[in-house]
This record gives sequence, C-alpha cells and structure tokens, in this order.
Amino acid sequence: MTDAATPSTITAATDPVLAAKPENRVWKKFRSHKSALFGGILVTFFVAIAVLAPILPIADPAATDWGAVRKAPSWDHWMGTDEIGRDVMARMIWGAQASLLAGVVSVGIALMLGVPLGIMAGYFGGWTDAVISRCTEALLAAPFLILAIALAAFLGPSLTNAMIAIGISATPIFIRLTRGQVINIKSEDYVESAHAIGLPTPRILTRYILPNVLPPILVQATLTIATAIIAEASLSFLGLGQQPPEPSWGSMLNTAKNFLNQAPWMAMWPGISIFLVVLGFNLLGDGLRDALDPREH
Amino acid sequence: MLRFLSRRVLIALPTIVLISIFVFALQKLLPGDPLLVMAGEERDPAVLEALREKYRLNDPIPVQYFAWIGNALQGDLGVSLRTGQPVTELMAEKLPVTIQLAVMSMIFALVIGIPAGILSAYKKGTVTDYVANVIALSGLSIPNFWLGIMLILLVSVKWQLLPASGYVPLSEDFWQSIRTMLMPSFVLGTALAATLMRHTRSSMLGVLSADYVRTARAKGLSERVVVLKHGLRNALTPIVTLTALLFGELVAGAVLTEQIFTIPGFGKLVVDAVFNRDYAVVQGIVLVTAVGFIFMNLVADALYFVLNPRLREQ
Repeated sequence: MTDAATPSTITAATDPVLAAKPENRVWKKFRSHKSALFGGILVTFFVAIAVLAPILPIADPAATDWGAVRKAPSWDHWMGTDEIGRDVMARMIWGAQASLLAGVVSVGIALMLGVPLGIMAGYFGGWTDAVISRCTEALLAAPFLILAIALAAFLGPSLTNAMIAIGISATPIFIRLTRGQVINIKSEDYVESAHAIGLPTPRILTRYILPNVLPPILVQATLTIATAIIAEASLSFLGLGQQPPEPSWGSMLNTAKNFLNQAPWMAMWPGISIFLVVLGFNLLGDGLRDALDPREH
Repeated sequence: MLRFLSRRVLIALPTIVLISIFVFALQKLLPGDPLLVMAGEERDPAVLEALREKYRLNDPIPVQYFAWIGNALQGDLGVSLRTGQPVTELMAEKLPVTIQLAVMSMIFALVIGIPAGILSAYKKGTVTDYVANVIALSGLSIPNFWLGIMLILLVSVKWQLLPASGYVPLSEDFWQSIRTMLMPSFVLGTALAATLMRHTRSSMLGVLSADYVRTARAKGLSERVVVLKHGLRNALTPIVTLTALLFGELVAGAVLTEQIFTIPGFGKLVVDAVFNRDYAVVQGIVLVTAVGFIFMNLVADALYFVLNPRLREQ
C-alpha cells in the first residue's frame, strides 16, 4: 500500500498530466490520434483549394468549349470536361467553396440559434425550458432532410436558402446538447459561488456557463458540418441548392447522372470529393471527442 | 406497461400539436398565393374570391388552423393543386412502394451492421476491428445518392445484371419486384448498416466486459454461447430501439434513393410536389412523417420496456 498513490499524494508537481495545461493535454492527445490528424489534413486540403480558387492557375469554371464536350481526363483537362465542354477540375475546385461554405454557414446558423436557446432552457428551467424543449422535440420529429427540403422549397431554391434551411434543421440538435450540458454545470460550486457573490445572470451565463459547455458543442459542430455538407449536396442534387451555372458538387452529380454511359468521370470526381471532405470532418470530430473527453486522460 | 405507455403518449401529444402548428405556419409564411395557381391564367377576381371562401381563407388564422387540423384528424389533408387528387389518397398510393424499400433496406442494414459490430467488438484492437471501423466510417461519409449512381454505372450499365430504374409492384411479379428493389435497398441499407455497426460494437464492448460474461466463461461455456447467448442478447436491447429510431433516416434516405432509381414512392412524391409548388402535398408529407416518427419513438419505448426486465419490475 505504501507505493500506491492516494488521491492526496497526486499533485500537479508530481503528475505531469496534471501539471500540463488543459489545452496542451488536449492537443497532445489529439496529435496522438492518427486518424484525426488524417481528417485534419483532408479538411485543410479542401479548405486551402476553396480559399485559393481565385488565384489557382485553373480554367474558368463557366467557360464552355463546344469543341471539347464530354472529353475524358487528359493533359489539357485533368479531370475531363462536362456536357458543355467546361473544365471539370475548375468546377470541382470552385464547387469546394460552395460545399464548405454551406457546411460552415449552416452550422454557424444552428449554433447561433441553438446555443442561446439551449442555455436559456437549461439555466432558467420551468416554463422557458418546457416551451423550448417541446418545440425542439417537434422539430426533431421531422427527419432532417425532409425538414430541410420542405424549408428550402418554401424559401425558394438557392444556395443561401439551402444554408438557412439546413441551419434551421440542425438547430434542435444544438439546443438539446447545450441544454443537457447547462443542467449538469449549473449546480457546480463555481456557478453557485458566482450566484452567491451577486454576479448578474448575463455575466454568469457568458463567463462561467458558456466556456464550460463549449467542448462537446465543438465536437458536435464538427460532426454536423459533415452532415450539412452532405445535406447541401443532396439539396443541390435535387435542384434546391446552388443554381446553375454556379458550380456545386451536388448539382454536378445531378447533371452527371444523365451522362453515366458517355462520361462517367463527370460523376466520379464530385462524389469522391464529397466523400473525402465528409470523411475528414467525421475523423476530425471523432478525434476531438476523444481528446476532449476527460475519461480518456 | 399500460401506465408506462399511456404516459409516453401523453408526453407525445403536445409535440404532435406543435408539429401541426409548424406545418400550418409553413403554408402561411410562404411567399405568393397558392390560389393564383388554382385560379388559372385569367385570375378572375370573382373566381379568386370564390376560392377564398371555399378554402376559408377569409377566416382569421386560428379559425383556419382549427378547420385544417379538424380535417386532418379525419384523414383529409386537402387536395393536390396539380392533380386535384386528395393528398391522403396520393400518399396511400405511394406508401406501399416506400415501405417495401424501407423493409428491404432494413434487412440489408441488419444483416451487414449487426454481425460486423459483433465481430468488431469481439476482435477489439485487431486488424478486423480496424477494417470494420474504417468501412463503417466510410459508409457514413459516402453520400448515398452517389453510391447509387456508381452502382447503376457498374451493375446496370457495365455488367447489365440488374435494372437501373423503375418499379414493379410485388403483387404483379414478386421476383421482378425484388430484383428492381435490390440495388436501391442496398444503397439505403449500407448507410444504416454503418450506424448500426458502430452502436452494436459499442454496446457489445460494454457487455463483453460485464461480470456475467466473465462468469459464463469461467463456467467453461463455449465462446459461441458466451458471445451469442450471454453477450448479444443483452447488447441487443439498445440496438432494437435504435432500429425503430432509424425510421427517420430511412424516410429521408428514401427521398434521394427514389429520385436516383426513379421509384414512384413517398420520396419521389415530395420532390415532385416541391417542384410543382404543390404545398398541400409537402405539408401532408411533413406532417405524416413527423407523426410516424413519434409513433416509432413510442414503439422504441415499448420495445425497450418489453426487452428490459428491470424496467418491467418497477
């Protein structure tokens, strides 16, 4: 028993894990997660090509060439050309912008709506909680994509409306998650103390509650970006997202399905790209969850 | 059991009321007047007024809501602006097609997902576990409409093994119907299989380290009996409830799958309705799927109750 480290003998001075700052600990854990790093590399790659699209030496994504209609991949067109002779690679790179923008903006909308509502429901309880929770359950009852399709249909087809529709559809997930976290945290000693010294509620919410509910929300946000990218591609595939001639991976697939026999490459590249970027966000989300989970330390 | 279920039904009721309000509000918030479509190109003010009276659009909004929900409760969800057919009749026509797709997809999902999850948990940390996890994560990341397109390209266009599109009712030609639905249900089933695999794995991992499994091994029982009888039976409880909850994903997935394989089901109906601005149909479908999802939640709760002896004893 003498060698066993009892709780009182473990201190920051003796235990390197405790001595490390929480951020460093999370980063160290994340770095050791090889699949998460791979996910991070995939996401960085797609973000880089989306951001650099205007300065990359690629063809004009809208320029048609009737002399090069549905040409297979070659030195001139690395990923081939589409049904009106546009360069598929240029459209893929510009399409990355639409997909990533849709993922980030719609999750941003869901966070902006969901987190404050979740905090209010969890912190105030009572009627506020009852009303917000019942509305959340009602929204959760409609399948995500059906709700997004219905909203996009009522708002009208465009990339902006698709982002709004996906954002609203994803909001209940964040309300529910934030509410649960706040209920756990609000009875912690430091929140009670903040109350006892008479801090105003907005300050308690922003200074003590919000920072402590953020880690699981960050994980969920990363995973929801993956879902949102697929949802945007699905809406664009159905003709409810990005409108032609603007490029988007979903709308490229929609056109490609009519030329499967003659130009299979038109369908291959957008699909592979959606798969890789969604895989990247999923791996990143899984890695973040493991790194931020205190039980894993 | 009855008390438990009636409590769940009581909790579900306000949710259903709220959904109906959302669905009703969707129609009220939409830009443009649906009656202009019905009134034809001349848009005669007298015709418009008559239509307004007929559909009680001059009444206050709450009165309109109660009239609408009253009709909905009697199975009247309005008429399709495009075909003039009652929405309920349209949905009843398409529902069997989607149910066949959903059932066949679920069979694929269960047959692939559960064994893969058991194997992955049993062989935790080995190459088998790693490969199963990579496949599951890929299954979650592949857009199923793209997988459908790729399968059409390979199986139908290149190898000419299965039809690329269309639908044959079960009553007309059983085997041809199964053959036409094979590829769409595989596409829809694989996405669900990935979710099921991940949940089965995590549930089995919890169960396999439990005391009673250790005791079963200590008694000298074969690994087959330990894993399948003592392990799986206990790990399955959350999986059965999850399967009921996957209903929402099935319906949403069916929208895209039916679009790719040109299957005249529920999903294709909603997409066509959206493009024809046939809002009564869109409203009806959102309402029915949401209520269906709540019903499946109740089924999941009931199953959990039946499968979990500790809950029954309380």
